[in-house]
Amino acid sequence: MFYRECGNYKDTYAKDMAIFPIPLDRYGFIVMLILALIVIPLIATDYWISSIMIPFYCFALSAFGLNILAGYAGQISIGHAAFMAVGAYASLILYGRYGIPLLPSILGGGIVSAAVGTFFGLPALRIKGFYLAISTLASQFIIQWVIVHWRWVSGGVFGTVEAPDMQIFGWALDTPVRKYYLALCIMILLITIGKNLVRGQLGRNWMAIRDMDYAAEIIGVNLYRDKLIAFAVSTFYAGIAGSLITFCYYGAANIEEFHVMVSFALIGMIIIGGLGTILGSFLGAGFFVLLPIAINQSLGAFMDVVPSDILSNIEAIIFGGLIVLFLIVEPYGMARLWHTIKDKMRLWPFPY
Amino acid sequence: MNEKKEPILRAENISITFGGLKALDRVSLEINPGEIMAIIGPNGAGKTTMLNIINGFYKPDEGRIIFEGKERPKKMKPNLIAAQGIARTFQNLALFTGMSTLGNIMVGRTMLMHSNIFSQALYWRFSQKEEIEHRAAVERIIDFLQIENIRRTPASMLPYGLRKRVELARALAAEPKLLLLDEPMAGMNLEEKEDIARFVLDANEELGYTIALIEHDMGVVMDICDRIVVLDFGEKIAEGTPDEIKADPKVIKAYLGEAGG
Ligand SMILES: Nc1ncnc2c1ncn2[C@@H]1O[C@H](COP(=O)(O)OP(=O)(O)OP(=O)(O)O)[C@@H](O)[C@H]1O
Ligand SMILES: [Mg+2]
Repeated sequence: MFYRECGNYKDTYAKDMAIFPIPLDRYGFIVMLILALIVIPLIATDYWISSIMIPFYCFALSAFGLNILAGYAGQISIGHAAFMAVGAYASLILYGRYGIPLLPSILGGGIVSAAVGTFFGLPALRIKGFYLAISTLASQFIIQWVIVHWRWVSGGVFGTVEAPDMQIFGWALDTPVRKYYLALCIMILLITIGKNLVRGQLGRNWMAIRDMDYAAEIIGVNLYRDKLIAFAVSTFYAGIAGSLITFCYYGAANIEEFHVMVSFALIGMIIIGGLGTILGSFLGAGFFVLLPIAINQSLGAFMDVVPSDILSNIEAIIFGGLIVLFLIVEPYGMARLWHTIKDKMRLWPFPY
Repeated sequence: MNEKKEPILRAENISITFGGLKALDRVSLEINPGEIMAIIGPNGAGKTTMLNIINGFYKPDEGRIIFEGKERPKKMKPNLIAAQGIARTFQNLALFTGMSTLGNIMVGRTMLMHSNIFSQALYWRFSQKEEIEHRAAVERIIDFLQIENIRRTPASMLPYGLRKRVELARALAAEPKLLLLDEPMAGMNLEEKEDIARFVLDANEELGYTIALIEHDMGVVMDICDRIVVLDFGEKIAEGTPDEIKADPKVIKAYLGEAGG
């Protein structure tokens, strides 16, 4: 009875076009913000902050980037983890080797990744669907190969570059909480920007391309330009996410962390979470980051009776099973599930 | 209209072949500013193909298109042709099904909106002002076509007749110099047809749009059009006012031939 779209009249287009036109969504958002900014840093342990929340934010950011490409613009990339790697290496090199300040270095990581991503997006001007999928899969392997074999980038030691200690304006980011805030603030900033993009003209053009590309072109959408922008923006997000997770969590850029399996996981996140929704990017990242840990913890009780290698197989089986189960129950993703619940709430207590 | 105005669009000797089938054979036609012109003809005559060539979706094998006195380069991209001021609707609906009515119509204004990606990203003053201005313009079109109550409905959930109407709205949103409508009333009941016919007339008379449309319903065509071009098997067999067309033996034969066969 409290969640209402009607009875909530807008007298100007400006209000109607605000980020959250419905008050309850706005309150929900504010609650999440308070949780993330104040409550979690206060009560969570260092382990939770470093090993769970930071990766969660970074993967949510990266998933959102992929969602811009796949969910909004209807293109696909099976090499998104590689762009995270580009961002990670680029920003570490800028910061560690050239002494560029931290924030510009992270931004630089995003820009380099966007440049590489735009290049690998060029095939999208000619091909789509499965063909594009394969060509982006190639981008994963090409980038991986280049990073490992180009000694200038990887330093030659198993493709690993250590992250130096972080400082912003001489202020050391040395505790988990400080790193947490860095990741969180950049994530919030970029999600806000992304939200503006997808609800603006560019976002509408993307969705038009996704739904019917020839009609979009005939209406005046510049297919080439807007597809390439989608690749640029999407891989920019991947690059920033890769840079953040490396600085704030891994501590070293290691190509193994950006393997093709991570690319698949990112695709899984946006499908499970919901294509073309921001909420879905978070739910999907939560599913992939938090659920394996939860399964692991709950199976911990069997540690003494079952050998650990079998246990880890069981974990993988349960996780895979849950993905399948989930897709059967709600093929359009968790965000859709949430909307269904909202629809029910809107009518409650009169379900007709 | 006695003084002869320069046509807004001239198609000269257009020919196009699809795998041996000559869909259009040296067809020429003109569209004059301010008129409603109809292209009619039996199924498969090449009407849709003609529209596809006019808005650049197909490139003709031969012939040229002159729009506003300038010859169109051979390989001009459709979005640039749209930017010159040609908008259209499709015979087989082509709405963006994942978007709402509002979203669909807003896409129609894409060429009129100019804020860059950075301004949009921050939803800065210029971008916000632009968005609101265009939203207001779209609301006027929504008003004009009486689709206020489906503003937020996803296009995929609209019934057929309303989808056609939203497509019309999307084309109008571009404020084109030339509006091409491919069977805007096909598959509608009488009442819906009358609505659309009135919208087309109003768009022409009140808003001043130049319109070329394809329609099978002869009653409607005779009522609302200033001039008619008749195609049959890829050739232009007649051209003139509704009265002239009605009396033209070739036209009668083409249609009777169809009914007979
Ligand atoms: N892309 C294409 N590829 C092959 N043949 C085509 C193509 N487009 C049109 N044709 C053929 O060209 C001929 C003319 O088609 P067109 O769609 O222009 O007819 P129409 O006059 O619009 O007919 P209708 O009244 O049924 O819509 C048809 O024989 C059609 O099969
Ligand atoms: Mg047709």
